[in-house]
Amino acid sequence: MLLIFALLAIGTTFSVASATVKETQSVLDRSASIEEGKQIFLKGCSSCHGLNAEGASIAPSLIGVGAASVDFQVGTGRMPMADMSTQAMRKAPVYNEEETAALAAYVASLAPGPAIPGESELNYERDGNAAEGGELFRNNCAMCHNFAGQGGALSQGKYAPTLMGVEPKHIYEAMVTGPQSMPVFSDKTITAEEKLSIIKWIKSAEAEPNLGGATMGRIGPVTEGLLAWVLGLGLLIGIAVWLTTRAR
Amino acid sequence: MSNELTPIDDSVVPAHAPRATDVNPVSEKRAEQQVAILFGLSGVGSLLLIYSYIFVKDTVFIFIPIMGNQNAQQLGIGIGMAMSLFFIGIAAIHWAKTLMPDKEIVNHRHEFRSSDEDRAELVQTVKEGVAGVQLGRRKLIKRSLGAAVGLFALPPVLLLRDLGPLPGKKLEMTNWKAGTRLLTDPGNRPILASDLEVGSVVQVLPAVEDLEHRPLSDIAKDPVLLIRLRPEEFQLEPDRLAMTHEGIIAFSKICSHMGCAVALYEQTTKHLLCPCHQSTFDVTRAAKVIFGPAARPLPQLDITVDAEGYLVARAPFNEAVGPSFWERNSQ
Repeated sequence: MLLIFALLAIGTTFSVASATVKETQSVLDRSASIEEGKQIFLKGCSSCHGLNAEGASIAPSLIGVGAASVDFQVGTGRMPMADMSTQAMRKAPVYNEEETAALAAYVASLAPGPAIPGESELNYERDGNAAEGGELFRNNCAMCHNFAGQGGALSQGKYAPTLMGVEPKHIYEAMVTGPQSMPVFSDKTITAEEKLSIIKWIKSAEAEPNLGGATMGRIGPVTEGLLAWVLGLGLLIGIAVWLTTRAR
Repeated sequence: MSNELTPIDDSVVPAHAPRATDVNPVSEKRAEQQVAILFGLSGVGSLLLIYSYIFVKDTVFIFIPIMGNQNAQQLGIGIGMAMSLFFIGIAAIHWAKTLMPDKEIVNHRHEFRSSDEDRAELVQTVKEGVAGVQLGRRKLIKRSLGAAVGLFALPPVLLLRDLGPLPGKKLEMTNWKAGTRLLTDPGNRPILASDLEVGSVVQVLPAVEDLEHRPLSDIAKDPVLLIRLRPEEFQLEPDRLAMTHEGIIAFSKICSHMGCAVALYEQTTKHLLCPCHQSTFDVTRAAKVIFGPAARPLPQLDITVDAEGYLVARAPFNEAVGPSFWERNSQ
């Protein structure tokens, strides 16, 4: 009896102690990654965004943009920008996942902002409703990103990028943070669940097979008209010319 | 009269030249075979269509360069139908051009004027007919006929009434009244002013009795776009500034040009774009038109918050939303 009690006491003490160690460790990890993120920031970002991320005439302040914004901009390769053009384009990311996470942790430590959604918050297959997502998409997204999510033109060289092949996490982050020309769709106006519905709809549009033949980019009358007027009408004119020539 | 007309000078038309198929039996045979091959290709197209329809599963996709992955059945049906129609036409043209007679022939037209006998006979027939009707003598029939034909003309005039009634004030009225809550679209949730982040945009509809069955005619007029900016970004006249609430500004979403939904909002430039004709409105200057065919700014909705902090309209729109109509000019 005494033995059992003793064992139990030792076991409990040990587990409590190890939990405390773990917690301390994770706090240490976080501050270490903030420190690492700060170093990366100073090297790679501060020339435009300022030494304290306060922003400058050529780049906005990053105080309060949150980890989600960093994860979107850096994770999709938009930041750092290749050149000072109208719009930062999607490209291969410059920083790896760990460095991106460190940068995000650093920027998030400056002021509170939208956090990176976790795996469990992104289960759109389970929590989303594609039909509802389609309705939300047509009302809120389709005017810029096209009715099939293929992207479209904005003013003066700016454009809304295609949504095909974009990570669910990045779609979510874009809605929460409103990168570049895109407005913010916060969880208060489009709830987290509705966002998952939108993602589910985008993913189902992506998987949609082309039953009706060539999609021609799914951008509707622009390409279809071009093809009909140039190829279709060209063929008809060619035949009309052939019809009136004499056989030899 | 025909003596006065001179024939067209056809001396410039080159003399008839025989085709290779007219003089050379080898080319004639070859042309015949070509036509047969073209008709045959049309048949192949029809068979391809039938085969694809019956035997190709609609779940099979094949890769075609440039076009990408294509549904094999639809591709077979499409190409088959195109071939079967196209090659019938091509074969017929080739046949006509190479083998059918191509000798120029002269086809004389007769004179338009009828002969004097025919003309006299027609006049005679009409006169006899008129006399046979006896309208001059049978006054009763004449009058009742006149009444019947006259009345018959009235119903079509009466039916023109169905072109109306005129819309009256309907085009100028929306469901926005003082105190109407702004609801998210879709979702129909009221919006707390404090929930809107700077840079955010919400598509809204007015709170009405029956949220589930909004008439399409209402959805065509009521939509509003809610945008939150930093208050210092506004460059508004004092009366327009009073219509905003802590940086939140609301505009009719219906374009003043042709009535498309204006909802492409660029957060960086604060420009609102219409996707149909690229009219661009500057949100910071009360939706002033800065580009495109729209003739006037988007109507601004006067908003405030109610006791619970939810956004509500303070007053209806003070002008008709959407494009110009008969009674509303472009200014």
